[in-house]
Amino acid sequence: MTEKIKIKSKNVNVYYGQKKALDKINLEIPTNKVTALIGPSGCGKSTFLRCINRMNDTIDICRIEGKIIVDEEDIYSTEVDPVLLRAKIGMVFQKPNPFPKSIFDNVAYGPKIHGIVNSDDELEELVIYSLKKAGLFEEVKDRLNDSGTSLSGGQQQRLCIARAIAISPQIILMDEPCSALDPIATAVIEELIDELVKNFTIVIVTHSMQQAARVSQQTAFFHMGNLIEVGRTDQIFSTPSQKKTQDYITGKIG
Amino acid sequence: MGFWSFFFILVVLGLSVHWYATNKALKLNAKLEKGSKLPSLPSYYGTYSLLLIIFPTSSLLLLWLVGKPFILEYILLQNIPEQLSANFDGAPSMLVDSIKAVDLERIFPGTNPLIVESATYFKDLNNYSNSFAYFSILIVAFLSSYFSLKKISTTFKARQAVEKSNINLLIFSSTIAIITTIGIIFSLIFEALRFFDEIPFFDFLFGLSWSPQTAIREGQIASQGVFGAIPIFSGTLLITLIAMSVAIPVGLLSAVYLSEYATPKVRQTFKPILEILAGVPTVVYGFFAAITVGPFFKDLANYSGFNIASESAIAAGGVMGIMIIPFISSLSDDVISAVPKSLRDASYAMGATKSETVKKIILPAALPGIIGAILLAVSRAIGETMIVVMAAGIAANLTANPFEAVTTVTVQIVTLLIGDQEFDSAKTLAAFALGITLFVATLFLNLLALKIVSKYRERYE
Repeated sequence: MTEKIKIKSKNVNVYYGQKKALDKINLEIPTNKVTALIGPSGCGKSTFLRCINRMNDTIDICRIEGKIIVDEEDIYSTEVDPVLLRAKIGMVFQKPNPFPKSIFDNVAYGPKIHGIVNSDDELEELVIYSLKKAGLFEEVKDRLNDSGTSLSGGQQQRLCIARAIAISPQIILMDEPCSALDPIATAVIEELIDELVKNFTIVIVTHSMQQAARVSQQTAFFHMGNLIEVGRTDQIFSTPSQKKTQDYITGKIG
Repeated sequence: MGFWSFFFILVVLGLSVHWYATNKALKLNAKLEKGSKLPSLPSYYGTYSLLLIIFPTSSLLLLWLVGKPFILEYILLQNIPEQLSANFDGAPSMLVDSIKAVDLERIFPGTNPLIVESATYFKDLNNYSNSFAYFSILIVAFLSSYFSLKKISTTFKARQAVEKSNINLLIFSSTIAIITTIGIIFSLIFEALRFFDEIPFFDFLFGLSWSPQTAIREGQIASQGVFGAIPIFSGTLLITLIAMSVAIPVGLLSAVYLSEYATPKVRQTFKPILEILAGVPTVVYGFFAAITVGPFFKDLANYSGFNIASESAIAAGGVMGIMIIPFISSLSDDVISAVPKSLRDASYAMGATKSETVKKIILPAALPGIIGAILLAVSRAIGETMIVVMAAGIAANLTANPFEAVTTVTVQIVTLLIGDQEFDSAKTLAAFALGITLFVATLFLNLLALKIVSKYRERYE
C-alpha cells in the first residue's frame, strides 16, 4: 500500500535537560489518516506529538535533535517560523482549555490573529462553519455569546477542535483528547475524528487501546522513549511483531 | 514583696508543678493495668497544671495593673488632709497629679509639707498594695495547682482540656486586632460627630473653601474657620491620579515582562530589586520628592518660561507613583503567573505570537486580578502622608493644575493636629471628620478590590 506521507521524522532525539526523553524516532505519518500513538505513561508519545508543532519550544530545558519533515520541509530548520508552522498544525489538548471568552470569540481567535477573513460576515460564516464541522453548532447556536467555559467538558473539547479547525490547518494533533471526558462525550469525539480525517491528517495520543483501535488506521507503540513498532492498526492489535507490543496490548506492561 | 521575687516564686512553682504532675501521671500509668491507662499522655497532665497556673495569675496581674491607678488614687483622695484639699485651687485630679509628681529623694524647697506628707503616704500605699496583690496572686496560684494535681485520674481527659485552652488562646489573639479596629472606628465616629455638631455635614462635604484657622482663646483676632473639604478631596484625587498614571503603566508593563518574557535568572534578580522599592521608608521618598524632583520640575518650567512653585502636585504624585510601582507589579505578576499554562499553550498552538497571547489571552484573563491590584494601590496612594507633606505643600488650593501646590486629606490631618491645640475646637475635630472620610473611602476600595480578586480566584481553582 503506497500512501502519501505528510510527516516524516528522522532520528529524532529529545532531551529534557540531561534526561533523554526520545531516542532515534523514525516515523512516517500518512496524509488524511489517523495515526494513534500508544504506550505507557512517560514513554514519550506526548513529547513526540509536541515536537510536530514545535510546542516544545516553549519549554526552556527541552532540546531536540534530528529532523521532522512536514511537506518536504524540515520544520526545525532556521527558516521556519514556528508561528506560521503552528497555523498549519492545529492542536487539541488533554484537558479542554477554552479561552475565558465567548464561544464565538474562542473560534474567531485564530482567524483574527492570522488575518484569514476580510469582513465580519466572513468571520461569522467561518465560525459557524467550524462549529458545524466540530459537531457543536446545533448545541450552541442560540448562545454564541456565552462564555466558552460555561459549556460541559465534552462540548468544551469540541469547541477546542472547532477553534483548531477554524484556521484550516492541514494536520490536527490530539493529546489524549478524551481522557477528561465521560464515555458518551468520548463517543461523540471519536465520531468526529472519523469525520475530520477526510480533510485533515490526524495524530492522536491515547491511553485507551480500544480508542486507538476504533479511530486509527495506523498505530505506533512507544516504550521508554523508543518507538517499538509501527504499522496498520488492525495488524498491530492482532499480530504484533514485537514481544513488548504484545505485552502492552494484552496488559502485561503499562 | 517585690515584683521580681514574686515572679521568681511563680516560675519555680510553675516548673515544679509541671514536673510533679507529669511524674504523678507517669507513676499512675505504671500502676494501672493495660486496659485502664490514663486517657491522655502524662505530659498533657503537666501542661494542664501549668496552664492552670498561667491563666489565672496572668489575668489577675493584668487586672491589677489596669485597676491599680484608679484604686490607689481613690484611696489617696479619701486620705488627703482636710487642710490641703480645702486650700487647693483646682480640680482634685490636679491635686493628685501634684502629689504624684513629688520626687521624695529630691524635694523642691518650698513644697507644701502637707503635699510631701501625702506623697510619702502614697509611696507606702503603692508598695504595700503591690506586695498585697502579689501575695494574693501567689495564693491563687498555689490553690489552682493544688486542684489541678488532685484532678489527675483516669476520668480526667487532660489532652482535650489543653487543646481547648489552646484554641481559646488563638481566639483571644485574633480578637485583639478586631477589637482594636472596632475601637478605632468608634473613636473616629464619636469625635467626627462632635465636629458635625459645629459644622453642618454638607458644608463639610461640599464646601469649596478650606481654612481651618479658628480662634484658640476668646477675644483672639482670627478668622472664623471654614471647613469645606472639596479642595482637600480634589487635591487627594489629583495626586492619586498623577501617582496612578505613573504606577499603572510602569508597574503593569514590568509585571508582563517579568512573568512572560524574562528568563528565570533575570526574574530572580529583578523581582527582589523591584520589591526593595516597597521597603524604602516613605519619608525617604518624601525628601527625594521635595529636594530633587520638585526643584527639577521648577527648573524645567523656568526654562520654558513658566513660573511654578517647587512644591507641586506633580512632584509628590510622581514620586508616590514610583513608590507604588512594586505594589502593582508584584501583585499583577502574581495574577498573570496564575493564568493557567493550558491557556498559553492553546494560544501558541493556534499560531499566536507571544505578544498576541499576552494582549488577547493573558491580560484579559488576568484583568480582574489586575484591577484588584490597582484598587489596593489606589487606597495606598490615598492614605500616603509623608511624601505629600514634604513635597506638595499644605495650601488647600482648588485646582486641577498639577504644577500648583495642593493638599491631601492625610496632610491636613497632620497639620490640624500638630502644635498647641485645644482638643475640642472645630479645628482639631475636623481631623477626625477627615479621618473617617478617608477610612470609609479606603475601606470601600479595599472591599471592592478583595471582592474582585476573590471572584477571579474562583474561576481557576
